[in-house]
Amino acid sequence: MYAQMVKSAGTGVKSREEMTEQERAFQDKIDADIKIEPKDWMPDDYRATLIRQIGQHAHSEIVGQLPEGNWITRAPTLERKAILLAKVQDEAGHGLYLYCAAETLGVSRDEITEMLLDGRMKYSSIFNYPTLNWADIGAVGWLVDGAAIMNQVPLQRTSFGPYSRAMIRICKEESFHQRQGYDAIRKMAEGTPEQRKMAQDAMNRLWYPSLMMFGPSDKESVHSAQSMAWKIKINTNDELRQKFVDQTVPQAEYLGLSIPDPDLKWNEERGHYDYTDPDWSEFFDVIKGNGPCNVDRLAARNKAWDDGGWVRDGLLAHARKKRTRNLAAE
Amino acid sequence: MNNEWPLWEIFIRGQHGMSHRHVGSLHAPDAEMAIKNARDVYTRRNEGVSIWVVEANNISASSPSDKGPLYEPSESKVYRHPTFFDIPDEVGAM
Amino acid sequence: MTRDEAFLQFLLRMGDNSLILGHRVSEWCGHAPVLEEDIALANTALDLIGQTQMWLGFAGEIDGGKSADDLAFLRDAWDFRNVLLVEVPNGDFGRTLMRQFLFDAWHSIMLGRLMKSSDERVAAIAAKASKEVTYHLERSGDTVVGLGDGTEESHARMQDALNYLWPYVGEMFASDDVDAEIAKAGIAPNPADLRAEYDELIGRVLTEATLIIPESRFAHKGGRDGWMHTEHLGHLLTQMQWLQRAYPGATW
Repeated sequence: MYAQMVKSAGTGVKSREEMTEQERAFQDKIDADIKIEPKDWMPDDYRATLIRQIGQHAHSEIVGQLPEGNWITRAPTLERKAILLAKVQDEAGHGLYLYCAAETLGVSRDEITEMLLDGRMKYSSIFNYPTLNWADIGAVGWLVDGAAIMNQVPLQRTSFGPYSRAMIRICKEESFHQRQGYDAIRKMAEGTPEQRKMAQDAMNRLWYPSLMMFGPSDKESVHSAQSMAWKIKINTNDELRQKFVDQTVPQAEYLGLSIPDPDLKWNEERGHYDYTDPDWSEFFDVIKGNGPCNVDRLAARNKAWDDGGWVRDGLLAHARKKRTRNLAAE
Repeated sequence: MNNEWPLWEIFIRGQHGMSHRHVGSLHAPDAEMAIKNARDVYTRRNEGVSIWVVEANNISASSPSDKGPLYEPSESKVYRHPTFFDIPDEVGAM
Repeated sequence: MTRDEAFLQFLLRMGDNSLILGHRVSEWCGHAPVLEEDIALANTALDLIGQTQMWLGFAGEIDGGKSADDLAFLRDAWDFRNVLLVEVPNGDFGRTLMRQFLFDAWHSIMLGRLMKSSDERVAAIAAKASKEVTYHLERSGDTVVGLGDGTEESHARMQDALNYLWPYVGEMFASDDVDAEIAKAGIAPNPADLRAEYDELIGRVLTEATLIIPESRFAHKGGRDGWMHTEHLGHLLTQMQWLQRAYPGATW
């Protein structure tokens, strides 16, 4: 889940009586699972909320390149290096698809990028945590991408056409990510004592930040209710988090890794695992900019953007000259 | 002057004999680079054999209110769709 | 020098070039000027890593049954046989792309000849690599032209890049006993014989890019025979080989 705490614009779900005729027709389409396309009429609040959500999702993909990219030059074999590089490249691709989806709503790539760079828009809290040993790369694929997929699979059915199509493409590629992550950490868990230690260390540090990816409980949130009515959010945060825990516990057991939660246990009655919530005060600190890597992550993105200015300008200037020359030659 | 690279819509023919299909968009300074970028972005998993690029602002689209007259006539001709016809199982795949 | 010794050196030269350049290009991942370039650079790096696996895999078989990973991660700098050009730091995007272009041009000509190698496996590896490198060259060439003929700033940066990298170009065409032995066996051309075609190719592109090729033909050397690498290679290996060195015997 790369979109956390996206505030929906507006004042919450309107009753049918409160809606204008246009709004009613719009909601009827959504209820009938008819996709909204860029040129269709849509409420301003729907558009604004989607831009926020898709933007945050896209930014997360882009900033998410950094913690994993941190290990590309240190990958321990040629094959692992190629797999990791292909994976991080996919993240860039996913960011690109999502920025394009956002563009259909009237915000250009450069505009939305600037909003990331100057801090007006957020990205997922998870990418403000460091990757400290090689097993982190496995853990990120397995846990972080695993958590992301929980949210992305249902979002393939989201109401906005371009967003839905981007998610379909992304999900197709994303299953490779989780599998390669599990494969990488499995190698570590089954390896030397030092490798096992790395795997457990990664688990210890990344478990709770992974649970935070779903955001705080939103059962009573008016924003969530509106987003769900618009079908740009399909499940509540708690539903997805529970699903993630239920899926991950047996996978961790298979690896012989312990989950850093002494109270984690199967609840026969609920048919789910009981687990400890992450420390939400830490989460809000990270969101506010006080995570271990916030400053470095944003600085790295700003540097790439600033350093690249002359390249973007140069190639565009050449394209314009070429066009002028071609016109003159005709 | 706005120095943002233009947006291009990308169409890819995935297999010989198929028509080009819209796969997404990207930014590029000109058509040549758009084709190259499309190759790098949209055929990372060998998805394409032929690429078309069109600058997004050169695309004219029907407006949603035209939807009735433009599309309804063909919608009524359900016989144009193969699934309209019930083929007995014994006949095999067709 | 026996033919087998020369053959091993030749394979290491091909493999180390793609290994070290692939590593350098991969350093860009997540930091390129625009998403489309980020993705394209990663593709180039991926191709080069794949080629490394083929060349070093072959070299390892000859070298007493080592794996490509053994060769990549467990040799020290003096055993590396890549040209100096590929190990110099990336610098700005312009220098990275200029280096890519200067190497791609050599690489594509070399692979074209290797496709006719008397050694079938060399010919097969070259055939696969050649398809990839043809595209690398097209892309790096276009970018060099675009930036050379772009703005005043991009032009100046590209000319700086060319000036900086030019002294590293000559080493790609140096010939020694290894090359003579390999050429005699019909395995690979003598690199010196590729220079005219190379000059013609880069001359055309750099002219279109409105860039001026420095007149000096001075060439640094020491990479392809391992006699004297740059200081940069050691740092690159320190990163690349760290896990394998710190945890010997582990599998990843």
